[in-house]
Amino acid sequence: MAEPKNKFIGRSVPRLEDRPLLTGQGRFAADINFPGQWAMRVVRSPLAHGRLKGIDAAAALAMPGVQAVWTFADVAHIPPIPFRLTGLVELEPYQQRVLASEYVRYVGEPVAVVFADDAYIAEDAAEAVELDIELLAPVMNATDEPGPFDDGKRTEPSVIVKSYGDVEAAFKQADSIVTLELSVGRHSGVPLETRGAIGFYNEALGRLEMHGAAKVPHWNRDTMGRMLGRTRDDFQLFEGHVGGGFGIRGEIYPEDVIVCAAALHFKKPIKWIEDRREHLISANHSRQQTHRIRAAIDRQGRILAIDDEFFHDNGAYMRTHAATVPDLAAAMLPGPYRVPAYRATGHIRLTNKTPCGTYRAPGRYESTFVRERLIDAIAANVGVDKVEIRKRNLLPPSAMPYALNLDTLGTHIVYDSGDYALLLDKALERAGWTKLQKEIAKRRANGEKVGAGVAMFVEKSGLGPFDDVRLEVKADGGIELVTGSASVGQGIETAMAQICAETLGVDYATVNVVHGQTDRIGRGLGAFASRVTVMTGEATRRVSERLRAKALTLAAELMQADAEQLDIVDGEIVREGGAGPSMKLSDLAKAKPGELIAEDSFESKHMVYPYGVHVAVVTIDAETGAVTIEKYVMAYDVGRAVNPTLVEGQIAGGLAQGIGGALYEEFLYDESGEPLSVTFADYLMPTAHEVPASSILITEDAPSPLNPLGLKGAGEGGTNPVGAAIASAIDDALQRPGAILTLPVTPQRLRAICRK
Amino acid sequence: MSEKTAITLHINGKDYAIAVEPRRTLADAIREDCGQTGTHIGCEHGVCGACTVIVDDAPVRSCLMFAVQAEGKKIRTVEGLADGDTLHPMQQAFMDNHGLQCGFCTPGFLMLAVGVLEREPDISDEDLIDVLSSNLCRCTGYQNIIKSVRAAAAEMRK
Repeated sequence: MAEPKNKFIGRSVPRLEDRPLLTGQGRFAADINFPGQWAMRVVRSPLAHGRLKGIDAAAALAMPGVQAVWTFADVAHIPPIPFRLTGLVELEPYQQRVLASEYVRYVGEPVAVVFADDAYIAEDAAEAVELDIELLAPVMNATDEPGPFDDGKRTEPSVIVKSYGDVEAAFKQADSIVTLELSVGRHSGVPLETRGAIGFYNEALGRLEMHGAAKVPHWNRDTMGRMLGRTRDDFQLFEGHVGGGFGIRGEIYPEDVIVCAAALHFKKPIKWIEDRREHLISANHSRQQTHRIRAAIDRQGRILAIDDEFFHDNGAYMRTHAATVPDLAAAMLPGPYRVPAYRATGHIRLTNKTPCGTYRAPGRYESTFVRERLIDAIAANVGVDKVEIRKRNLLPPSAMPYALNLDTLGTHIVYDSGDYALLLDKALERAGWTKLQKEIAKRRANGEKVGAGVAMFVEKSGLGPFDDVRLEVKADGGIELVTGSASVGQGIETAMAQICAETLGVDYATVNVVHGQTDRIGRGLGAFASRVTVMTGEATRRVSERLRAKALTLAAELMQADAEQLDIVDGEIVREGGAGPSMKLSDLAKAKPGELIAEDSFESKHMVYPYGVHVAVVTIDAETGAVTIEKYVMAYDVGRAVNPTLVEGQIAGGLAQGIGGALYEEFLYDESGEPLSVTFADYLMPTAHEVPASSILITEDAPSPLNPLGLKGAGEGGTNPVGAAIASAIDDALQRPGAILTLPVTPQRLRAICRK
Repeated sequence: MSEKTAITLHINGKDYAIAVEPRRTLADAIREDCGQTGTHIGCEHGVCGACTVIVDDAPVRSCLMFAVQAEGKKIRTVEGLADGDTLHPMQQAFMDNHGLQCGFCTPGFLMLAVGVLEREPDISDEDLIDVLSSNLCRCTGYQNIIKSVRAAAAEMRK
């Protein structure tokens, strides 16, 4: 990257968030306490499927310190949890109630809650609540023939079809057809902070509060408000520090609604903090899909059409994300290639497992794995290497902007800018691809099982439709930027302060960024879909320009100068050229109290599309089935990197999660629906041992034309193609194209493959 | 449930006289009874290391120790690392090297790394990664944590 002339945008300045987090002064959900609070503990179904015939809470209620036990009857007035995104009408009967009524449908489903004086007593009492459940046979496979799912419901509530072009004709004309069946395992975000929520009825203000909010506080306030009969004025959500989001944290879950309902009912603060076992069986799972895909190709391996049928295992209910994950999988599958005709048929299936939602690069981790496996299979079919086959099929820069003729998340997919072949070249150069191939050949000749893989992808980011911000210079010189977005640890305060500081002409460290507080700004969309830097970032640039103009107009009067001749430099209003008297922005704020305030918004109907290339080199131990990642290169074009160090942090962290899904992490169940991955000893997340030192190349070759700074979001490109790249490298190491059809490639699976 | 026992916990040079049930974990006692919430609880089964504190100069998972077992011992938590406004070299290195994102696992990593480097200032790179692989981070991908700890190790040797 060229050395930026900017003072802040494009600079790797230190994070503003860090000091409290490093000194133990963070305020995570479990750190919040109110005097006289009750602890809530959830009684969860121990069975995957059954008819709930009775709950006996007498023994629990008799225990000292136990205040109350709620079952469905106590929350029957609360409607099911509504959809936030991609809410197809036919899915609505499958929404989850906050407590189970007639049936239990997964191990971990909330069936009752205990309120007690402290968390230890609540946990003891929860164990004393007796459940009478008539065991029913569980549905465990999403690929089975669809059938009944209690109460006239079906295991297949909906089928998504996305298509364009004449798929049938293309398959008739094809020189060859390549077919694969591929599966991605069930895994999820698993933030280090478990979920938590504290409901508090603030009697002095007549206001219900929920602390421990995350991700989408405004949407959750409005939605839970409707569920509980509160208006947006007498119900507020407060975000503290959030210990990781990754898509799963901050959606409305049954427990959030219950703490609020109970705080309102009992007029007592209600604190609920999840334990890790609960988290692993009740917070959103993700990713589990099986794809049957085929491609029609010509003799050179050029794609004529892709036809994909897939089965999405959503677990027992449709939660807030409704059809989002399968919708994104279907819509983003074509990726960076020219696919003249396309059809995806996605079967949304229910099983007696934990319900699902989004996880970092939702739908794309899955469909990139599927597409890139297909591209490798096409290469093998026509006998060219994996780089050449990609070059033959990539969309050229001249195709930009490229309308894919598919919709997702209420937007038309139009790739806004990109030079995919250029980035492929840069990534291969960074990886030393040509030399690498020679080294690998030599090592292989010496009996080593070593191989290299490549995967390409197009990401999406910057989902609208709007973001509002308010900016104020206070009389003490402090600058406050109030946003409706949220922090999940990604560094939003720093990035927004950088954009504000650059535009306004102040030091970024003087900008205090407020987020996640529903009482501070009327509306907001929060932090998801890599949207904040793009949406909140552009709104921040706009409001900073507006405030700057306002400040200069006000200062011109006092300084007896033309506003056009004034500039703001380091928080000081100066005449251009620097001659003559100047004035501090804070003195202007003092002289014009309450006037240095501006509001602005950014609206956008289209997402912006960053793109990337990952290169992986792995070695395999055929005896143990272990995979060692020797080298990992990630090239990602983000249009414009506001803070390159933070972008690299996102990519490096994303890689670790991608490796988890590729090699280690999997929520397993036995035949009866009993979850087997309920501790960190069974659900294996990568440690410092398993995550290699990676090489990250951030490029800015294709700034987005949809916002003046050219921003694209950077949150998900580290994760998206990792399963694909590692599978490709393992195939190469085994010298067996198409060997890897299932993720994660656990040692057991790889040993079985090696022995075939 | 059982009767509470009166104990005194010695945390960061200060005595906390508390009454706890024998089953109360050290992590809960530090957080709930002594109000030091910088120590975080991530799994309560000794795998993630978010609750790591230093007990008598050794890093310990405070979710696997009972509070009563810590009586009379010298406990150090993240709140005790900085010297007034001056950050400990380990804290400073995490800030300088973007060694944290959400910050939830950070106190555990700080105490683990400080505890190990105080005992073994010249630890090899290989052994350091062994040690750091005993805690989990879900945000950073570990590379910047390793970088931070190496930088702090160099600073602490000075």
